[in-house]
Amino acid sequence: MDLIWDGVGEAFRILATGDRDVWEIALRSLLVSGSATGLALIIGILAGAALAFRRFPGRNLAVTLVNTGMGLPPVVVGLVVAILLWRSGPLGDLNLIYSPAAMVIAQTVIAAPLVTAFTVAALGSLPPRLRPQLYALGASRLQMLWLVLVEARLPLLAAIMAGFGAAVSEVGASIMVGGNLKGETRVLTTSVVQEVSRGEFAPAIALSIILLVLIFLVNLVLTSVQQHERSL
Amino acid sequence: MTAKLSLRDVAVRRGPREVLRVPELDVREGELLAVLGPNGAGKTTLVQCLALLERPAEGEVRFEGEPVAGRELALRRRMAAVFQESLLLNRSVESNVGLGLTLRGMPASERVGRVAHWLARFDVAALAKRSAKRLSGGEAQRVSLARAFALEPEVLLLDEPFSALDQPTREALIEQLADVLQETRITTVFVTHHRDEAARLADRVAVLVNGRLRQVGPTDEVFTTPADETVAAYVGVEVAAAGRVVDETDGLVVLEVGDREVEVIAHGFTAGEALLCLRAEDVVLSPSGLEVPGSARNHLQAVVRRIVTSGAEVRVELDAGFPLVASITRRSLEDMGLAVGCSVVASFKATAAHLIARGRDRIDA
Repeated sequence: MDLIWDGVGEAFRILATGDRDVWEIALRSLLVSGSATGLALIIGILAGAALAFRRFPGRNLAVTLVNTGMGLPPVVVGLVVAILLWRSGPLGDLNLIYSPAAMVIAQTVIAAPLVTAFTVAALGSLPPRLRPQLYALGASRLQMLWLVLVEARLPLLAAIMAGFGAAVSEVGASIMVGGNLKGETRVLTTSVVQEVSRGEFAPAIALSIILLVLIFLVNLVLTSVQQHERSL
Repeated sequence: MTAKLSLRDVAVRRGPREVLRVPELDVREGELLAVLGPNGAGKTTLVQCLALLERPAEGEVRFEGEPVAGRELALRRRMAAVFQESLLLNRSVESNVGLGLTLRGMPASERVGRVAHWLARFDVAALAKRSAKRLSGGEAQRVSLARAFALEPEVLLLDEPFSALDQPTREALIEQLADVLQETRITTVFVTHHRDEAARLADRVAVLVNGRLRQVGPTDEVFTTPADETVAAYVGVEVAAAGRVVDETDGLVVLEVGDREVEVIAHGFTAGEALLCLRAEDVVLSPSGLEVPGSARNHLQAVVRRIVTSGAEVRVELDAGFPLVASITRRSLEDMGLAVGCSVVASFKATAAHLIARGRDRIDA
């Protein structure tokens, strides 16, 4: 038990003294996963809208693929992205392997299916006649899309939470494509893995607390937006 | 006069099934055309085509005589539609009513006055700031109507706008809509399965059954001289009996029904079988044995078989040698002391009856 309490105590000391490394790592996590969530939202919302509104051959297969994508093992994503970005790989010339950009790509691939699936569900919960009604009121295609997304904003917040949660918690792919380079690609999760593998539990606990608080704060903000809207 | 909106050789399919086929339909400038028909007749599909929300598999939609292809968005912005569900967005009532104007890029300064005017016109000005999700069904539909009228459209498409409302709300809204339409003279297509709504509002009626237009004509004409049995059923005309034409002089047809003869003003019937149609409210009852007043040419001895009361109205089913239905008030029922088994005289004018040629109703519902 001492191991845990000593660890927690040490963790709070690190947090209180404002260890520069720790905060830099936390900030990088937020930036990388925030960017990945942003990209996943753009991709996922467009793909989700297409799946929710369009009838095309192979639509069922596409939905199945998206649902499979929600359970995509991060290790496999990491492997595929690593192969693609490897110096001798097809996209090697972009020189992205072991960069934050590579981590953003991997996390986007992991979060996008979640955002897509949540978008399909959110748009599917709107009345089916709403779209014809909006067109009948003179909406262009883009105006219609914007209006239905705004209308489905509450369930869509769940897509942001799920997407960010998946991106920021992910570790396997981030290590494979980012390399956990100190000061460059080290984020909260990869750093925890490293500290634990070295038997350094105190910093691992400190980093984990930051990770949890980060996820908590993001969800707190989104949830209060949701509740505020609902009570209007 | 060119039609404002028209369909030519239109066909719509759902999978292998053809749900709508309209060789020709014109909505004339300034008129209110009611499309009347049972659920599943293809009424909504017809409106979707007219509203340029669905492109028919065959044929074309024309706006002021010109095919609409390629300018759907611009033309949709000259029209407005109200559906059975009010379909308001989760925002304030006034923002909902201004939505179509916002989509057209109208500046807020201009929009505010327009929105306020139409909110007031439909008695919902007090709800302007309220969330549209917190409205009763009737309020929501008023807001939905205000939203459509705020666009000051050239064509208004109403798809069963009152069907989900309770009776008193429905009646109040119909009157209000009738007033506004009277004022604005907007070309309107009004889809309904309530014949009273069609009768109250329409200049012309189109009866749609099984995806086919059975009859299109002035409201009076469709309601008094239905083209076939299905239309008759939809406009509330009772088909009394089948008979044989035995004589015709200057449009006065003598029809032999069972062992009785009735006289009917009808054209194009010189011989053969015909169906006798009558509106229940055109059949007048008087006690047996009395001198029957009035100008009715047909007086038939009948026996009361059944009396069905609904509110102030009473439906009396008679055996006059053939089944006949009279609609009378509860008051008359009491005055005459009618009961099942009573003998009465049933009278109707030769002009009140209507004949349908047998076999016209080939495409049956």
